[in-house]
Amino acid sequence: MKKKNKDKQPSILKKASSFLSIRNLKYEYIRRDEENNVEGITTAVDDVSFDVKAGEFIAVLGHNGSGKSTLAKHINAILFPEEGEVILDGMDTKDEEKLLDIRRTAGMVFQNPDNQIIGQVVDEDVAFGPENMGVPTAEIAQRVEESLKTLGMWEFRNASPNRLSGGQKQRVSIASVIAMHPKCIILDEPTAMLDPRGRYEVIRAARALNEVEGITVILITHYMEEVIHAHRVLVMDKGKVKMEGTPREIFSRVEELKRMRLTVPQITELAWELKKEGLPLSDGILTREELVRELTEYKHRKG
Amino acid sequence: MEDMKLIADHLVFQYDKSRSDARRALDDVSFVLHKGEFVGLIGHTGSGKSTLVQHLNALIRPDSGSIYYEGADIYEKDYDRKALRGKVGLVFQYPEYQLFEETVLSEVIYGPVNMGMDKKDAELAAYDAIRRVGLEEECIDQSPFDLSGGQKRRVAIASVLAMDPEILVLDEPTAGLDPAGRSELLEMIKELKEKEGITIVLVSHSMDDVAEAADRIIVMDKGRIIYDDVPVRVFEHINELEEMGLAAPQMSYLLRDLKKAGFPVNTDIITLKDAREEILKVLS
Repeated sequence: MKKKNKDKQPSILKKASSFLSIRNLKYEYIRRDEENNVEGITTAVDDVSFDVKAGEFIAVLGHNGSGKSTLAKHINAILFPEEGEVILDGMDTKDEEKLLDIRRTAGMVFQNPDNQIIGQVVDEDVAFGPENMGVPTAEIAQRVEESLKTLGMWEFRNASPNRLSGGQKQRVSIASVIAMHPKCIILDEPTAMLDPRGRYEVIRAARALNEVEGITVILITHYMEEVIHAHRVLVMDKGKVKMEGTPREIFSRVEELKRMRLTVPQITELAWELKKEGLPLSDGILTREELVRELTEYKHRKG
Repeated sequence: MEDMKLIADHLVFQYDKSRSDARRALDDVSFVLHKGEFVGLIGHTGSGKSTLVQHLNALIRPDSGSIYYEGADIYEKDYDRKALRGKVGLVFQYPEYQLFEETVLSEVIYGPVNMGMDKKDAELAAYDAIRRVGLEEECIDQSPFDLSGGQKRRVAIASVLAMDPEILVLDEPTAGLDPAGRSELLEMIKELKEKEGITIVLVSHSMDDVAEAADRIIVMDKGRIIYDDVPVRVFEHINELEEMGLAAPQMSYLLRDLKKAGFPVNTDIITLKDAREEILKVLS
């Protein structure tokens, strides 16, 4: 990979038309007290519009309660828009006849590795989705093999899920989604409960699905470090999309992010603090390599 | 020694007792917790951390070995284990899912009342605990379910604090919280140690959090304690930690990279604040 083009999206993305189009989406829910009296209305998603191109890797950041998960659940028709619309791969999510196609197009993986696996054996779990879709038996075996191999879990195909680590369980959950051949995968805080290796495995898997298989990835996370390789980052606050840009653009706005209860990767924060102390560093430094390079250049100039 | 609160003495525990060759969840675990310490407990999923934590207030009985709390064996027949559960408070993972009362107040007094405290004293303890976790007093009559994720978690911690523990054990208290929620909660836990002298055991998957907050780190792998030392000494073992599925704090990696690039930096640095000082020093 050429370093210079790191921030740029592959040119194919620029030509591609919109894969997911969200227009003026609004979702409110009514809060009720014990006696079922209406206490008030919370607007979880408030007039949100954005587009995602096929093959993009999008990260969504936002504080607890900012509306990220509610937004995500609209993409594969777990929730339906009250106002506005969600068009996924040409399908309106309000079109009931398209429900199965929609769920097949965009699969979802959640936070808890322990309540997403239903099979007693890993390969059974992965076969479950395609079986439900009516995929012919011979093809199911093939899909199970492909998806487990893609996620590096083939050697565990005969294992019982409760013998696996958290990161391995999440990779099985992702394989189960992939076996349905989705065009898009939505990961809602998939690493919140994982140890460092588990986090690394899951994020690496998500990147590989995007880069190698061309699957559109929408990653919701509270870990800023997981976002630095995304093509684009959306920042949600109080139900609205408040910022949108490349990781470098977003993470250059340290103070704004902190006001929204977010932060930046630790390396970015250190670089930002060093800059405040007078070192001539770029905004939005994302990786150790970049920081070491800029500090080295500065040292040489200084002599 | 006066300040030894708890001694774990050669703990061995196996979940599957039918097979003598089954893996031990705890395999000869010994350590001492002193008064007012902040201990980070790290290890990959399944390394034995949660099993160990459940021994600390006698929720699990070891197959062999024992635990001494202020000199007394907590597994002795006549030992008051109910009182112990007030002294060694355990906050489980995602404790907000275990909230069940109608108001924050009834949630927080539940523990103390259950321990035998009279209602009036329990209410005073509850108000006190609510304040100590940094919640507004107004929330006391609210339903816990109307609070935000971070606030619910504070209610769960308050309900343990209301029993006035001397040791507070928290299993991944910041999991799933947004960055501000994580750092606020970690600050609050540090204050309990600094202002009140409560001994803290923090189970965490965040190397950066334990590097920032702990005075001492215990590393578990396959049911054993592999390292038990001050954070900088533990994080010297980057390769071994990675082999165990763990990592070092991000600043350790950065300082090592800087050293390789020819900067005369001290690589015994694990927090952002120290890294900033060190870099400014070598560049001045």
